[in-house]
Amino acid sequence: MLSKRIIPCLDVRAGKTTKGIRFKENVDIGDPVAMARHYYEQGADEIVFYDITASNEKRDIMIDVVDRVAREIFIPFSVGGGLRNLEDMRKVLLAGAEKVSVNSAAVRNPELIREGAKAFGSQCVVLGMDVKKVAPGAATPSGYEMVIDGGRTYTGLDALLWAQKAEALGAGEICLNAIDTDGTQAGYELTLTALISENVNIPVIASGGAGHIDHIHEVLTRGKADAALVASIVHYDTLSIREIKNALHGRGVQVRQKW
Amino acid sequence: MIAIVDYKAGNLRSVARVLEKLDVPCRITHDPGEILGAERVIFPGVGAAGQAMADLTHLGLDRVLGRVFEKGTPFLGICLGAQIILDRSEEDGAKGLGLISGEVKRFPTRLFSGTERLKIPHMGWNRVDVMRRHPVLEGIESEDEFYFVHAYYPMPASRSRIIGVTEYGMGFPSVIGQANLIAMQFHPEKSGNPGLHLIHNFCRWDGQDVE
Repeated sequence: MLSKRIIPCLDVRAGKTTKGIRFKENVDIGDPVAMARHYYEQGADEIVFYDITASNEKRDIMIDVVDRVAREIFIPFSVGGGLRNLEDMRKVLLAGAEKVSVNSAAVRNPELIREGAKAFGSQCVVLGMDVKKVAPGAATPSGYEMVIDGGRTYTGLDALLWAQKAEALGAGEICLNAIDTDGTQAGYELTLTALISENVNIPVIASGGAGHIDHIHEVLTRGKADAALVASIVHYDTLSIREIKNALHGRGVQVRQKW
Repeated sequence: MIAIVDYKAGNLRSVARVLEKLDVPCRITHDPGEILGAERVIFPGVGAAGQAMADLTHLGLDRVLGRVFEKGTPFLGICLGAQIILDRSEEDGAKGLGLISGEVKRFPTRLFSGTERLKIPHMGWNRVDVMRRHPVLEGIESEDEFYFVHAYYPMPASRSRIIGVTEYGMGFPSVIGQANLIAMQFHPEKSGNPGLHLIHNFCRWDGQDVE
């Protein structure tokens, strides 16, 4: 039986991890490679890197990070943030990432999904979605709207319709981030997660809001998510990946326990 | 030296990185002489079966791989490389190399685990029930999990070719083999320590099946 995945997410700016990540153990918390290795050894099922480097000149630093990570960890990892075209995607994949995640660029140019899937295979193309709850309307019947540019720009695009369109274009997976719960540590957006997950046939990674084991348990059961993205809860050492997995297993959720 | 067969199909460097980690010399190559002269051959691949077969044929590697199999070189197929070795695939109606007799089938559109509808592709970590002993699977335990991404699976004509089975709404062959050929539907190069262990075993295997 397929295991539910626990996926730590690392924000990287100019080759360094951001946010006030703190560890009890002796890990260089500024170094994404050391962090990735730490989570790999703790039993992460996959790792997500989100490149928040503002300037284009520094983007090649991320390629170097990807290359070094690929030499140290032997589980899939994905890279997102600022990938605008096939060439950007190709560089990251050749450097050793298993998957690339596209978000704003795909909203602006949906063909990017099709082209990426054709060039590299659907399994490589993750659709990143930043979603906000809105009043249901003609353009957004689901009551959830796509926002882009790090949450700054409303698109008028319905989140569910966009997810289904992206699946048809060849996206292999969805990483679904609820802007309203992101960073709150008050729980995932369960209604949104279940809505998307039950209406597409590709895996959905829930993101935004994990602060307690109950939240992760809820989103993998009631929220119908295939995987849970975790950030602050593991970065601040509230729980380790192993503790999360032990707790989920104790509650009857199938997770990978031996690595 | 291990030859990693290069036919434009997917991330060959991830396999090479594992071999580097294990201190095993390898070459990513599509040179027939180099592949035929290698001590072992790894045949990876992701993507669509039809395109992959076309690329292999174009490079003349379909016949080269047939000869590798015939001469007894330890031979490891991964993911798409575990499918193309059969006679044919339901994907694109593609013809395969026919090294092991059988066909590649697609998961049924409606697949359930209890009342939960399962998604296709089968993506993520899952276990392998070992059906019979094989040197490459030595040391693998029932709780070990491996990383899968696929919508099609290999179905050999003879049950005796099935070495491992995985459960996803149905049981499907996830490790198959015959003589000096062993093939895995999952990605051992992306499966953490259990995956590294399988590749390590393969690097020491003499190509004899214990069957």
